[in-house]
Amino acid sequence: MAEISSTLPDGPTIKGRLSQDDIIMRFGMVMIAVYLVATMVLPMWTMLSKSFSTYHFDLAGYELQVSDDDGAFDGTILTPAALNTELGVVEPDDLTAGSDSRMGLTQFFPDFSFRSPVMYRVRNTSDTGRFLVGSELKTGTDWLELDSNTFRRVQMRPVKSTGLGNFVNYFSTPALFNSIKNSLFIAVISTVITVSLAFWFAYGLNRSCMRYKGFFRLVAMAPILVPSLLPGIALVYLFGNQGMLKELLFGASIYGPIGIVIGSVFFTFPHAFIIISTALAISDARLYEAAVSLRSTPWRTFWTVTIPGARYGLISAAFVVFNLVITDFGLPKVIGGQFNVLAVDIYKQVIGQQNFEMGAVVSVVLVVPAILAFAIDRMVQSKQVALLSARSVPYQPAPNRKTDNIFLVYSIAVATFILGILVICQYAALIKFWPYDLSFSLRNYEFDRMDGGGWGSYFNSIQLAFLTAIIGTCVIFFGAYLVEKSNGFKTGRALFQMFAMLPMAIPGMVLGLAYIFFFNNPDNPLNFVYGTMAILVICTVTHFYTVSHLTAVTALKQMDREFESVAASLKQPTLKLFRRVTVPVCMPAILDISIYLFVNAMTTVSAVVFLYSPTTTLASIAVLNMDDAGDIAPAAAMGMMIFYTNAGARIIHLILTRKLLGRTQAWRAR
Amino acid sequence: MSAVADNPNTLLGGADLTEATTEARPYLSIEGLWKAFGDFIALKDISLDIQEGEFVCFLGPSGCGKTTLLRAIAGLDLQTKGTTTQAGKDISSLPPSSRDFGIVFQSYALFPNLTIKKNIAFGLENTGRSKSEVEARVSELLELVGLTDQGSKYPAQLSGGQQQRIALARAIATSPGLLLLDEPLSALDARVRVRLRHEIKELQRKLGVTTVMVTHDQEEALSMADRIVVMNHGVIEQVGYPTEVYRDPATLFVADFIGEMNQIPAISGLSGQVQIGAADMICRPHDFGEGTSVVAAIRPEDVIPHGDGIRTTGADDVIITPENAFEVTVDEMEFLGSFWRCCLGSERFSNSELIADFSINAVRRLELAENKKLTIELPKDRLMVFAPGVG
Ligand SMILES: Nc1ncnc2c1ncn2[C@@H]1O[C@H](COP(=O)(O)OP(=O)(O)OP(=O)(O)O)[C@@H](O)[C@H]1O
Ligand SMILES: [Mg+2]
Repeated sequence: MAEISSTLPDGPTIKGRLSQDDIIMRFGMVMIAVYLVATMVLPMWTMLSKSFSTYHFDLAGYELQVSDDDGAFDGTILTPAALNTELGVVEPDDLTAGSDSRMGLTQFFPDFSFRSPVMYRVRNTSDTGRFLVGSELKTGTDWLELDSNTFRRVQMRPVKSTGLGNFVNYFSTPALFNSIKNSLFIAVISTVITVSLAFWFAYGLNRSCMRYKGFFRLVAMAPILVPSLLPGIALVYLFGNQGMLKELLFGASIYGPIGIVIGSVFFTFPHAFIIISTALAISDARLYEAAVSLRSTPWRTFWTVTIPGARYGLISAAFVVFNLVITDFGLPKVIGGQFNVLAVDIYKQVIGQQNFEMGAVVSVVLVVPAILAFAIDRMVQSKQVALLSARSVPYQPAPNRKTDNIFLVYSIAVATFILGILVICQYAALIKFWPYDLSFSLRNYEFDRMDGGGWGSYFNSIQLAFLTAIIGTCVIFFGAYLVEKSNGFKTGRALFQMFAMLPMAIPGMVLGLAYIFFFNNPDNPLNFVYGTMAILVICTVTHFYTVSHLTAVTALKQMDREFESVAASLKQPTLKLFRRVTVPVCMPAILDISIYLFVNAMTTVSAVVFLYSPTTTLASIAVLNMDDAGDIAPAAAMGMMIFYTNAGARIIHLILTRKLLGRTQAWRAR
Repeated sequence: MSAVADNPNTLLGGADLTEATTEARPYLSIEGLWKAFGDFIALKDISLDIQEGEFVCFLGPSGCGKTTLLRAIAGLDLQTKGTTTQAGKDISSLPPSSRDFGIVFQSYALFPNLTIKKNIAFGLENTGRSKSEVEARVSELLELVGLTDQGSKYPAQLSGGQQQRIALARAIATSPGLLLLDEPLSALDARVRVRLRHEIKELQRKLGVTTVMVTHDQEEALSMADRIVVMNHGVIEQVGYPTEVYRDPATLFVADFIGEMNQIPAISGLSGQVQIGAADMICRPHDFGEGTSVVAAIRPEDVIPHGDGIRTTGADDVIITPENAFEVTVDEMEFLGSFWRCCLGSERFSNSELIADFSINAVRRLELAENKKLTIELPKDRLMVFAPGVG
């Protein structure tokens, strides 16, 4: 055999011609990538650039002339800057402004009177200068002559510059940057408590032979079905100023870190539980048999076998909980009192003070720990996958009366905590007026008499949940199919995967604020969706994109890689394969995605709080607003409505899944 | 090797066919094909012609690029360079859906949620056939693969062998001009595998469809293929009829990969001569220069035993030692059912042992036993010389 060189020869490389399917797939992928760019990348970019935009009044940017009483000008040119050095009416600090700030000119003329016959001339000194006459924007360097009464309505507009000014401002304001410490503090404390509680709960369910496991599993999942602020309301009833168990706090206030931590433990518990439970379920029984045969003590076995086996699960759970707590808005808003945290700061800056730039700065600050936690969690999870594929014999616990009973008691305690919160809310919703009139009434359900949008909010939420579930599932599953199963186009696919992972790292508040910046800009052709149900659907789909995408990808990865090749060799369109094989086989995952989106659309507060309009108020926001207005009982009532709706949706989902599996997946049964 | 005996292509017949086939225009022709995965070159300058109706096997160790070549032919993973021509048409850059082939994967890739019938009918839909035509064709195919009564089951309800046949039926449903099989039998247990070998071969002969099958099982290749393409490290080592690659391996790699082969380090002499240890031997003609380091090779079954090494010829009772004969000791004997495998040692082979397969008759006749001495002959037309391998 002749020696063959092992470098490619020169000459043309074969470029494959695209089939019609390839073109359709690529087109689809580009469409979904464009969707992700428009609904995530660009808004986030806009927000980031906002955080670096500073505004200030440039007093040297204007020139003025003042006439005598007869309206004759002598040609003397004044500038506000010069007048200010003379008079000192404006402090230099007051010159920093927001994008919407304006400042009148009359203050530089102490003897100004709008009735005087004096005339004024104003102009910008540069082409970039701007001022308002009434609501009319004036640019350009031509002199504008105005009478006193009109001059009264002249206002300077700030000029924009790019820099770290906002951040400098942020970090020199203790009231603001203290929130970083606060946020980290409650996130760490809540993480430690939740992960410990969830670990022993999961341990009991996986490793003991205690009874009622199914019931406890169900209870552990309940907090997912309610908005994160609901435990806050229950805590107010329990430990608030007129709380039933107020004495238990020995004078400490529930409004603050204590309340936030307890509530956070409640709403993050199911997330930690699922992750740890999965980690415990996949551990290898043979390790335990080895430990027993080596006469290791149970305590030693626990530390040398159980904990190392579950460590990825524990780490992953910790970061997920940390992320949930630090980015949560609803709960600290309800129960945080004077204890400021980052997510609420964003809300206060934007809604309270209309300081959008500072809102953007806080958002950037909040994104940092969130992205870090997210990145570490992804790294850990990829290791966990490797562990999973190498799994072997599942562990079968042996009955042990003593430990089984200990775990039963422990589980009852946890279940009491979870159910207690829900029961309190339901009780609060049904009584007339805590604590003075404890008779039952349905008055708190007359939402139309309260702020927050009334029953309309509830139906809006249902509409949002359905639209999100349907549109989101279609977009996300099809997108996942395209990246997973199309060939070639490597960089495009890698980029798409990255886009799909991003939303998980972006806190809801940040996404919502980014949407304001991006969609509320009149120059944006997409501006028309602002204030509609559409933007709420888009925002919610994007907010919960990642988990759904991962679910879809996992299901698709289990399909034979060669289905598409077979279809191509049989000259059948890929979309036919998608419809006839991929979708039916992945139906369980598709249903999982839709229920996930539905439930989250019902409970989400953070992203949509910036985006709802008077016609698109939502139930979860209504809870927040009613609570804010002091209507706590109706807030609890609405919160429980969300709970029942989600529970109902879950049951329907379960029935539907069973039915579909029975009908379309007969092939699974042997 | 019984597979060799079964094969109709004798060495002579094979030679005749070679002449005939070079004239006919090949059905599938691959020219100067290269495939790179980043810096790694998986296929190097592959050229190959396949005749219409031929059954060709790609044979080689794991990772040598067989699947890569098959997927390039299918257009599933385009080659980096080189052209492929099918039925006179340049298909080098066509997507799979514009090519004419049916394919069976190792995993079969049957659609799990469709019944067997619907699986087979998948490629027949939207092809201008009426519903009844499709049904008729499906029944015909089910009968062809002998699974008439399984049509309404789901793939998971069939055995591996049955699934394999359904995958085959689906691949040939549209009567493609080329059938590609990627290790179609490797997921099955040994018994089923042997039975299906014959069935697939039978089916292919009946349909006359040009077929390329990838395998790393030499027995499978030898028993099924009309021609074998032996590959290693991304290059074709040899293309030939099964008997050819067995009897006349082109390289040491082929000699070693197919069947058993004794390999003895040696020094080449003039053509037809080789020096093994201290002994000069006569071997097949070769064109290594004198004094080159080479490997002398002979198959165990080609070693001839000669009892005590003395042969009487004619009436004058002269003792003649045949060419390439020398005395050895039987170090070890192993009974392998139809023959004995013997490990032979000799001073001439100071380091290496020689493996020889002797028939039961020969062992009985010569009363062979361990530690016994005997004379063996390495027939000169069976003693081959190769350049030393790299690996
Ligand atoms: N997508 C790919 N990217 C990078 N390298 C690849 C890729 N596909 C195959 N290879 C490499 O190309 C070489 C040939 O692979 P190929 O699958 O063709 O081997 P094979 O002969 O079919 O082996 P086997 O008998 O194990 O199936 C291997 O070294 C493999 O690692
Ligand atoms: Mg292969």
